[in-house]
Amino acid sequence: MSMIFGVPVAVLSGQLLIGVINGAFYALLSLGLAVIFGLLKIINFAHGAMYMLGAMVTVIMFDAMGVNYWVALFLAPVLVGVFGMLIEYFLLRRIAGQDHIYSLLLTFGAALMIQGILTNIYGVSGLRYSIPDLFKGGVNLGFMFLPYYRAWVIAVALVVCFGTWFMIEKTKLGAYLRAGTEDAQLMQGFGINVPLLISLTYGFGVMLAAFAGVLAAPIYSVTPVMGSHILIVVFAVVVIGGMGSIGGAIITGVLMGVIEGLTKTFYPPASSAVIFLVMVVVLMFRPAGLFGKEA
Amino acid sequence: MSQGTGREYEQLRISGLHAFYGESHILHGIDLVVNRGELVTLLGRNGAGRSTTLKAIMNMVGRRTGSIMINGEETMSCAPHHIARLGVGYCPEHRGIFSSLNVQENLTLPPVVRSGGMSLEEIYTMFPNLYERRFSQGTKLSGGEQQMLAMARILRTGANMLLLDEITEGLAPVIVEKLGDVLIALKEKGLTIVLVEQNFHFAAPLADRHYVVEHGQIMEEIRADELSAKQSVLNGYLGV
Repeated sequence: MSMIFGVPVAVLSGQLLIGVINGAFYALLSLGLAVIFGLLKIINFAHGAMYMLGAMVTVIMFDAMGVNYWVALFLAPVLVGVFGMLIEYFLLRRIAGQDHIYSLLLTFGAALMIQGILTNIYGVSGLRYSIPDLFKGGVNLGFMFLPYYRAWVIAVALVVCFGTWFMIEKTKLGAYLRAGTEDAQLMQGFGINVPLLISLTYGFGVMLAAFAGVLAAPIYSVTPVMGSHILIVVFAVVVIGGMGSIGGAIITGVLMGVIEGLTKTFYPPASSAVIFLVMVVVLMFRPAGLFGKEA
Repeated sequence: MSQGTGREYEQLRISGLHAFYGESHILHGIDLVVNRGELVTLLGRNGAGRSTTLKAIMNMVGRRTGSIMINGEETMSCAPHHIARLGVGYCPEHRGIFSSLNVQENLTLPPVVRSGGMSLEEIYTMFPNLYERRFSQGTKLSGGEQQMLAMARILRTGANMLLLDEITEGLAPVIVEKLGDVLIALKEKGLTIVLVEQNFHFAAPLADRHYVVEHGQIMEEIRADELSAKQSVLNGYLGV
């Protein structure tokens, strides 16, 4: 069997695949965080809970009503997105313009409540959700086995990330978002309904998180606490990429997943710390993040 | 000219306007009227409350009391985006060019609020520099070009009342002259203009009337034909 640095190629490529998959989730989640931070200046600690809700709603809808994966892929993000917009409208809007710490605490509190209520009902042992029939099995690439579902996750995550980047950087709606990020008051003075734009942006960021949650349901353990585990890593990714940078969030997400996968292969004990190590180094040399603009 | 035509239309009427930023009380009962097609300036020292008056019209200050009628409609309870839709174009003192947008994106950003605005071609004819630099980042332009862009941006929207805050500040004389030509052209098109201006020599030949603002109040109203008679009063207020 061929080896690279004393590690079998199959093992290495297997870990790389897991790294890219994790990276795809990091990218989807940090993208939503970056979009929300850009316009609302809110550090959305409820983002992990929204990701978890996406997965939980998928499983619950299947168990209760037999709603299949494809419907859930559309319906769960919409439901969670509307839920997010309600939180924005009834809670976050009231503390807009206050210090960051208030929205941080509010979203953190909301996340704990959502998580607590669901833990009370469903426990933390993990709900089962199977891979959709279309993606059962996989293909042997010669050097590794690639499950179809994982290939689908990577492909669809990339398409959604690129689509979001394109919408923000190249369209009129995106120009509103970018301009609103710089000076929301002046935008409103031009006749743009900024409060509505803010609600929609928060809803969209939350939808991205819930979409990642649906994608995760068949491959990760679905529990009410799944969001709080991943959120801390995603925040590190956003800090490394640079707060508010859309392209940076995507590239850094995938990159960090791969770095984590490689560390798992070559020095497993450091795998859960490596992203934070990168964060420390980046903050020392580029405080605004790899892709952030210097303030 | 708008005077004495017998069909004057009040586009803006402000009565008893007070405005506050947090604890500080900035405007202490502003009263003024601007008729359609008029060019009116707000003169005064820095900190007199002229910029705040424009911001208060846009509902961009903390708290306001009093009355602001636009086209006969009370706007004190209107959100800022509704005020723009009444045909008001606001050009802030800091110009507000967006650095994440290129020149053309900046230019086409504000939505059209009324018909009759200038087309992109007309704007590029009026400001040829902007055409040449239409794909540059907005904030990479020179100060003068950024000011042109900030003006051009609200001309496209069809706004028929422009609130212009210190548009000549810090610009070279040749650019100031160009802005004067632009204002004359806009006036000929029948636009109403409220101009906050430090440069009295720029404003004097353009304006129909002047309001002198001090300590958040209107101290004096001077018609263009009274300027020479009231020059000493004016000098007293402006400290020139």
